[in-house]
Amino acid sequence: MKSLSSAFEGKKALVTYIAAGDPDLDTTAYLLKLLDTEGVDVLEVGIPFSDPLADGPVIQQASQRALAGGATLKKILGMLKDLRNEISAPRVLMGYMNSVIAYGQEKFAADAAGAGVSGVIIPDLPFHQGEKLASLLREQGVDFILMVTPNTPAERLRGICERASGFLYCVSRLGVTGESGTAGASPKEYIDRIRSHTSLPLALGFGVGTPEKAALAAEAADGVVVGSALISLLEPCGTDRELLRSKAVPFLRSLREAVGRTRR
Amino acid sequence: MKKLSMTFGPFGGQHVPEVLLPALGELEEAFLASREDLSFAEEMTHLLRDYVGRPSPLYFASRITESLGGAKVYLKREDLNHTGAHKINNVLGQALLAKRMGKKRVIAETGAGMHGVATATAAALFGLECTVYMGEEDVRRQAPNVARMKLLGAEVIPVTSGTRTLADAVDEAIAAWVGEAGKSFYLLGSVVGPHPYPLMVREFQKIIGEEAKAQILEKERRLPDRVVACVGGGSNAMGLFHAFVEHPEVALVGVEAAGKGVDSEFHAATLTKGKPGVLHGSYSYVLYDENGEVQPAYSISAGLDYPGVGPEHSHLAETGRASYVSATDDEAVDAFLRTCRLEGIIPALESSHALAHVYRTAGSLPKDSIVLANLSGRGDKDMDTILSLLQGK
Amino acid sequence: MKTSMYFGPFGGQYVPETLVPALDELEKAYLASLEDPSFSAEMAPLLRDYVGRPSPLYFAPRITESLGGAKVYLKREDLNHTGAHKINNALGQVLLARRMGKRRIIAETGAGMHGVATATAAALFGLECVVYMGEEDVHRQAANVARMDLLGAKVVSVMSGTRTLKDAVNEAIRDWVTTVEDSFYVIGSVMGPHPYPLMVRDFQKIIGEEAKAQILEKEGRLPDQVVACVGGGSNAMGIFHAFVEHPEVALVGVEAAGRGVETGLHAATISAGKPGVLHGSYSYVLYDGDGQIQPAHSISAGLDYPGVGPEHSHLAETGRASYVSATDDEAVEAFRRTCRLEGIIPALESSHALAHVYRSAGSLPKDTIVLVNLSGRGDKDMDTILSLQSKEEQS
Repeated sequence: MKSLSSAFEGKKALVTYIAAGDPDLDTTAYLLKLLDTEGVDVLEVGIPFSDPLADGPVIQQASQRALAGGATLKKILGMLKDLRNEISAPRVLMGYMNSVIAYGQEKFAADAAGAGVSGVIIPDLPFHQGEKLASLLREQGVDFILMVTPNTPAERLRGICERASGFLYCVSRLGVTGESGTAGASPKEYIDRIRSHTSLPLALGFGVGTPEKAALAAEAADGVVVGSALISLLEPCGTDRELLRSKAVPFLRSLREAVGRTRR
Repeated sequence: MKKLSMTFGPFGGQHVPEVLLPALGELEEAFLASREDLSFAEEMTHLLRDYVGRPSPLYFASRITESLGGAKVYLKREDLNHTGAHKINNVLGQALLAKRMGKKRVIAETGAGMHGVATATAAALFGLECTVYMGEEDVRRQAPNVARMKLLGAEVIPVTSGTRTLADAVDEAIAAWVGEAGKSFYLLGSVVGPHPYPLMVREFQKIIGEEAKAQILEKERRLPDRVVACVGGGSNAMGLFHAFVEHPEVALVGVEAAGKGVDSEFHAATLTKGKPGVLHGSYSYVLYDENGEVQPAYSISAGLDYPGVGPEHSHLAETGRASYVSATDDEAVDAFLRTCRLEGIIPALESSHALAHVYRTAGSLPKDSIVLANLSGRGDKDMDTILSLLQGK
Repeated sequence: MKTSMYFGPFGGQYVPETLVPALDELEKAYLASLEDPSFSAEMAPLLRDYVGRPSPLYFAPRITESLGGAKVYLKREDLNHTGAHKINNALGQVLLARRMGKRRIIAETGAGMHGVATATAAALFGLECVVYMGEEDVHRQAANVARMDLLGAKVVSVMSGTRTLKDAVNEAIRDWVTTVEDSFYVIGSVMGPHPYPLMVRDFQKIIGEEAKAQILEKEGRLPDQVVACVGGGSNAMGIFHAFVEHPEVALVGVEAAGRGVETGLHAATISAGKPGVLHGSYSYVLYDGDGQIQPAHSISAGLDYPGVGPEHSHLAETGRASYVSATDDEAVEAFRRTCRLEGIIPALESSHALAHVYRSAGSLPKDTIVLVNLSGRGDKDMDTILSLQSKEEQS
């Protein structure tokens, strides 16, 4: 298994997000293997939560489907553990703080590591609130991935960069995940501002839903995160493997193409 | 003990069946006694403060003022009283009197239900039985107020005679009172009816004007140029006017309900279009036809929907001390909506008539003039009316 | 100047990074307002002439007499403009928003009372206002939706999740994340990320400050017990705050036990929840073994929330306040008794606090004093009570 930062080495990284358990965990396992095979560099795995306040409608609904399908953090970690030797791309868990609290922070850090998870993103846990979890994860060799947003002031950006590890998740604009929201400055200006504070890889996400947008993002950033667009594409396929494959593969290839395979 | 005058100029009196005269005499006596009884005043003061929430504020309406660009507009906030209107001032006074007279039961009439709710409230507070007469039509239209009265322990009797509205409820309540020869306490909701009611109700309501006078003196160091209030029976208007009557420099303006227009058949502008006559025990302006038949009044606002008016208003009108104008349904609704948007205050449709006059005229007054309007009640009760109106449009 | 984000271990800022600068800006503006005499010079006349403060402290003679125990006093927040304590906070925050140069106000609402209060304040200051309300609640509380509409606010019906208050909060936060630069989020209770729990309490603490002065004037001493209902907990924190440093005054919060805490259909967060994170702060929350937030239930829409303000969690853990609960049935019974005994129609929320008084004040000595926050009027609850009555009549 590759480390998180090595996933960004030598090329612009394609990062995908899917909600674990949408519509069931077997399908998620199948999709993760497919994404890995298709050259996705980092696999974000969403932990479904009843009240995902940083997410737009697509991921909200994916979460609801996953919960209806019986997904729990325990089962998700079990699935990842089973897959750990079958997937080469690093896996990152993304979920809300109450799921972690309910599971137990120490146990979560240990079991995430045990399941082969390389990093954790908690969108409702800014760094000044997450020092305990960050250090528990660090002890287990798991990166606590922080987010930066276009309105993050310079002083705070320095603070985030001092504590970040793995990569930095650069939110492209003010808003929730998915297509809507207020467009920020050009990706280049934004990424350049962040890069002056850190040497970590920078992944740009939120609202990057087409190969065109991905190409634009990849010009500036070291990686591109695609979530809602992928979920929307696959949702109608349900659990039908062939259908999933036939929809996913061309989209992933066009994204892969757009993001590029060249050295940064 | 000195007897009180029964009339205001030629208006007022006791035009009632003989059988009620002893009860009215007993009431007048008890009322007079209460005025000399310090413990009565003490109990009232305490209740008005802690139960009703007095003094009600005098609020400078900065956004109304700004939008009109003329006079400074102040609102007397009777809408913040317990039960949401000025009615409670009078009801508490009469119920306290009833308790002191040893009465076990109070009788009241109600139109839209606000006076009925206030009466039921006071009856609950003093542990008195309470019977409220309400036109069957109003019972149907005002189901939430009927429910309120029942929750408060009152018995609501639907009146099926005549037009099944307020005037018929009054008839029926008086008939019931006559029937038991005045044994219960008849709790009248406005400055109408036979003596001593017009006087007594005004006395229980005059605190509005007394407070407002002190408040405006504190805020502006002078009296207002104009005092405005809506007039149905006229209790909120008399309550506000009284403290200013002896200051001729203060113009008093009563605003009647013009309904669909005073030249249509659908209005309640008694002083504007009526003639002196007798209704419900007193001589005053009344809406009646050439045969003397009382005409049904109409207003979008149930509280103004009454073909009579208090005798003291007739007197103030005839002497010219107060002037009486009117506002139509449409003007009142417009004033209602403007006040919601401008001040975040939902006024009663009754009070919206007074506000309509302010919107119509205060803009052309000099900037240093002061207009004081009585916001006699809150408009939550009128939401259904407004909504069905807005949806109809 | 900075203030602590926490009440003991509770509170904090569990929010998306996008909101951190906004919360910093808010904290700064809020702290500056505390030291700015022109802010209080604007608030004080509004509280007096617009809201109608001070609200009275009313000795309830017939409740007292019927119980035969402690003397019962009611703090009459029901007489405030818009009919509840909510306006104290909404006015404060909207005034702050205007001073911060924000043009747009966002709020969430459950039963609609905070929405109406916020729409009211926004109208008063001429600001744009958007209120998020669960679709379920939009149907149940049509009258309040109409009120907000008349006041010029836009009501957005929330279709996500359980379509109730918690989802309205989620949606309001999502809006704020998107519009953070020109919008101000007016939270309706002592919940959410710092500085909201602190700020809302400070805007509400006038309730307790007045009550303290009033009871001293009337009785010459502090009350033995102060009782308030707790959903998010703003009316309770508002009345508790002035008494927290007087250990001889017992503080009692009454949560909604719904159909009974043991049935699972309740909103008794402190009684039956666990510490967790909901809507930006660490506090007691109702959630299942997997961390999923559980829907709350109460007959009173204003208490129907699966979280509680962090300061209440702290007061509960330290033992300074005690938290009990009252069921739907007990609250309805208290509602009816208060109508009959005092001619006061209390909000169903406040009826929970009254239920505790009816249950317990009779067995207290006659010289004890119980002070209850009558946080709102019950006109808004007439439909609920009526449909209950017609069900009872049918059965």
